[in-house]
Amino acid sequence: MMNGLTPELALALTLLLPGIGAVLIGAADRFSVLRDAISLLAATALSTMVLALLLNHLAGGSAQIQLTPLVQGLPIFLLTEPIGLVFATLASVLWVVITVYSIGYMRKNDEPRQTRFYICFAIAMACTMGVAFAGNLITLFLFYELLTLSTYPLVVHYETDAARHAGRVYLGVLLSTSILFLLPAIIWTWSLTGTLDFVKGGMLTGKIEGPQAALLFALYLFGTGKAALMPFHRWLPAAMAAPTPVSAFLHAVAVVKAGVFTLLKVGVYIFGTSFLSAMNVGEWMMWVSAFSLIAATIVALRKDDLKLRLAYSTIAQLAYVTLGVSLASVMGMVGGIVQLVAHAFGKITLFMCAGAIYLASGKTKISDMRGLGRVMPFTFGAFLLASLSIIGVPPTGGAWSKWFLMIGAAESGHLVMIGVWILASLLSIAYLIPLAARGFFLPLTGQEDRPQPQGQEVSLIGKPGLQEAPLWCVAPACLTAALSVLIYFAGPAIAGFVLPALRP
Amino acid sequence: MVNAFTSSIGHFNYWASVLLMTSGIYIVLSRGNLIKKIIGLNLFQVSVFMLFISMGKVTGGTAPILTGRHEIFSNPLPHVLILTAIVVGVATTAIGLALVVRIKYAYGTIEEDEILALDLAREQMDARAQ
Amino acid sequence: MIRQHLAILQVMLPMLCAPLCVFARRPVIAWLIATAATLFALAGSFILFAQALNAGVISYHLGGWAPPWGIEFRLDAANSFVLIIVSLVGAVCMIYGRDSIPREIKSSDQPLFYTMMMLCFSGMLGVTSTGDAFNLFVFLEIFSLSSYVLVAMGAGSDRRALTAAFTYLLLGTIGATFFVIGLGFIYVLTGTLNMADIAVRIAGMSGSGTLHVGFAFIIVGIGLKLAIFPLHLWLPNAYTHAPSVVTALLAGTSTKVALYALLRMLYTVFSPDLPFEALILHYLFLPLGLTAVFVASIIALFQSDVKRLLAWSSIAQSGYFLLGVSFANIGGLTATLVHMFNHAIMKSSLFLAVGCVVYRTGSCSVASFRGLGQKMPWTMSAFVIGGLSMIGVPATVGFVSKWYLVLAALERGWWPVAFAIVAGSLLALFYFGRVIEAAYLQPSPENSAVTEAPVSMLAPLWALTISCLALGINSELTVSTARAAAEALLAPHAGLPAHMGP
Repeated sequence: MMNGLTPELALALTLLLPGIGAVLIGAADRFSVLRDAISLLAATALSTMVLALLLNHLAGGSAQIQLTPLVQGLPIFLLTEPIGLVFATLASVLWVVITVYSIGYMRKNDEPRQTRFYICFAIAMACTMGVAFAGNLITLFLFYELLTLSTYPLVVHYETDAARHAGRVYLGVLLSTSILFLLPAIIWTWSLTGTLDFVKGGMLTGKIEGPQAALLFALYLFGTGKAALMPFHRWLPAAMAAPTPVSAFLHAVAVVKAGVFTLLKVGVYIFGTSFLSAMNVGEWMMWVSAFSLIAATIVALRKDDLKLRLAYSTIAQLAYVTLGVSLASVMGMVGGIVQLVAHAFGKITLFMCAGAIYLASGKTKISDMRGLGRVMPFTFGAFLLASLSIIGVPPTGGAWSKWFLMIGAAESGHLVMIGVWILASLLSIAYLIPLAARGFFLPLTGQEDRPQPQGQEVSLIGKPGLQEAPLWCVAPACLTAALSVLIYFAGPAIAGFVLPALRP
Repeated sequence: MVNAFTSSIGHFNYWASVLLMTSGIYIVLSRGNLIKKIIGLNLFQVSVFMLFISMGKVTGGTAPILTGRHEIFSNPLPHVLILTAIVVGVATTAIGLALVVRIKYAYGTIEEDEILALDLAREQMDARAQ
Repeated sequence: MIRQHLAILQVMLPMLCAPLCVFARRPVIAWLIATAATLFALAGSFILFAQALNAGVISYHLGGWAPPWGIEFRLDAANSFVLIIVSLVGAVCMIYGRDSIPREIKSSDQPLFYTMMMLCFSGMLGVTSTGDAFNLFVFLEIFSLSSYVLVAMGAGSDRRALTAAFTYLLLGTIGATFFVIGLGFIYVLTGTLNMADIAVRIAGMSGSGTLHVGFAFIIVGIGLKLAIFPLHLWLPNAYTHAPSVVTALLAGTSTKVALYALLRMLYTVFSPDLPFEALILHYLFLPLGLTAVFVASIIALFQSDVKRLLAWSSIAQSGYFLLGVSFANIGGLTATLVHMFNHAIMKSSLFLAVGCVVYRTGSCSVASFRGLGQKMPWTMSAFVIGGLSMIGVPATVGFVSKWYLVLAALERGWWPVAFAIVAGSLLALFYFGRVIEAAYLQPSPENSAVTEAPVSMLAPLWALTISCLALGINSELTVSTARAAAEALLAPHAGLPAHMGP
């Protein structure tokens, strides 16, 4: 690599940079401009490092770091591999975007405790990088838990009763699932195989079979509470008590994505697709995921609070990935990975738009939002594009993930799952599109459109009527909306990038 | 039957110890007066001393003093052990009594139920104060 | 010379310092003497541990009398490991005490307090070092009697300390007496009191009723000192009302010493191969351990006093010890010993943190923790780390403990137990969560002028906290040490002199 920057150093820096950033942000507590600048700088530096690692990997290189053993024989181990690189790139790029957005949002809203907010962001980012580059399960578990803890202060940001309650649910569900299910699953795996390293093609073949294998698989799926599989999804809606940038961060950058990423890693490198399909391990979990998918979609339909609706939409979208993993086919996994990326760009846009709407109009209820598209055309445009991506309409990134997932379902012979996805996509049209449509086509609440004579229609969207949120908030949303269209063209490339790691 | 009878009578030292032991424990558990509790504790400890000492007794044996006139000696080790245990017992009693004196100063009573009632009243007051 | 007699010296030096403290009259001088003695013991225990690892067993004959007639101090990897725990926690508490003790005990009593501390400390080291069962009882009583007094010293701030100490005295004495009764039966049977010697002699007697009765009395006796679940009644009050330093010391060491005595009895004197012991381990210790974990944790959930909450948590943790013991394999024993060390560190650090809060606010109710996250950031972050460790978050020592406990349960194939272990540690999340939430998310009472605790208290607290993290990130040292100790416990006859054989 470039002069002086070895891959190992770059790998270490991905964890250190956010850490150093957190310290510096704390030091710059009094100088808000400097503090925000440091946040942005750390985010940019981090994404540069990750991009360097990505380029290094594309050039055929790799990097790994081995640290002290957490327990005997199990070191803290960092490693670059395709799925991790995809996740790390995604998270680090989106961190830059969300930092820009946060600066705009937090300043406009004059939020308290901003320094703590940025510190926790940075620490959570370091943990996310740890999750992404974990070379064995124990390292992944370590950073997974630390991520939960470091995002807790973000969830309870307002320190009100509601926030405290949200924090309790958040920590309670995430720590309970990981301690009750994930940890025993990890120790079980360790006692079976004597290793927790991520091995291509999995390592459980011949070590476990039958119902026990299915139980282990279920422990992993439920244990990864961050993947919000029903009935362990309550923390996600609860976490909506936090400021909107936090919601965006949880849903698109760090927590939720770390959850499904963990599942993908476990599916690919611990079980291995061939083992999963040979043992028919995922049969039960497939139905659980399908239920979670449909149920969350239906709940989302009934929510009037925009952030809550988006939260349930996330639960449904995450179930796409768990379903993909449960399908036990290579293309299902690929679909899961592409979904990870596409959903991140889509959902971060939706949340940033929700925040922008709140900033500009103070509205949180969907029923109050009609006509807003006319005064906030950029926000609503971005919202519409991102909605299309979540639904999976070409040319947006979401189209590819659904495509790959359906191929995966066909490959493994579970054709009924294709039906589930189609149903869910149709329902998601019903809960996402009306918002944008009513935003553009209906007049503002309390106003009426004067009938226009035919042939003399004027645009209802015009420069003088604009009441957009600050540029710092709208620009990132438009950018990610544009990116989620770009993902459509990158979809096959991402699939091609991760496929070598998946094929046995 | 006779055999069982003689063997249980033959171990009458055990029976005596068990009697003392159970009455000691019973006093500790049932009496509310702290001094009586200490007396019960003493009784309980003493029963164990008796048990040990009687175990060391060898029928027909004397104190193990090597004068040449006796052939059979009792085992001296239990005596030595119990000497230590008695010292421990005395220390325990002393501390127990000292505590009772302090409790009397602090609470004005040495009856367990009254002390509990006082503590409870205090706790309720604290709870109300918060 | 010193090296040769180190085994006895490190027990006797604190004991000799006890009267010195009385004569010192000035609290500072007494503190200096006591601290010097504990630091000496700390250094000594490290040296002894190294020696024991090299030599296998250090056998020191008191007064030159050869065992089994004379009293023997017998140090192997297991008890020298416990020596390190005891002297480490003792030293930390002693340094911490310089500023904490004057707040809770009036200055005329302080030299006497240090006297008792020294006696207690020396008693615990003695229990750990000795190879003679009756001598063990004597040291057990030295440490117990002094700890009754230490608990009662809390009367300066709360008179309930007196009744707590009295109950502790009653139950402690009953426990010790039970131990002696059991010993009497074993002595009748074997004619010896040297533990290694007893082990050899009872090897073929597993059917003897006397042996069973002796075993039962001994286990119940030690169980009372260890606060095994149904025998724990003295513990919550004693821990709550004792001075902060005493609570930290007792929580970190006294149950550990009792646990060591239990392990010594179960694994060296008796053996899990004896059919009745295997039965007890499986049908008594396992269910009791599980009950302790859950019942005590649930009770801890409802405590409004943080010290009492931690006390109940200690009882729950003693359930984990029982579980580890009941596995009766090298994995379970290693897990128990690892947890013994880790729990000593984390629980002492938690109690020291609470001590800092008591020092500043004068109270340790959950309500008095409100807003302390901002006012006492160092104390509270140490408390949070201690709490996370109790929950078993990775990168803390608690995680290491839990890992090995679950692993040992899986080795035995005991699924539900493995699950219960993690479920029990989860309860810790809820009771610590309450305190931490109060500290960070609730505003402090108005016009409270609480500031951070003095550095002399924070330094020992953070020494423990940092080791809690460091040994959690790299557990190589503790685990390999504990494994060596477990092997020493399971191989009782190694290095036994020839004349002691059957």
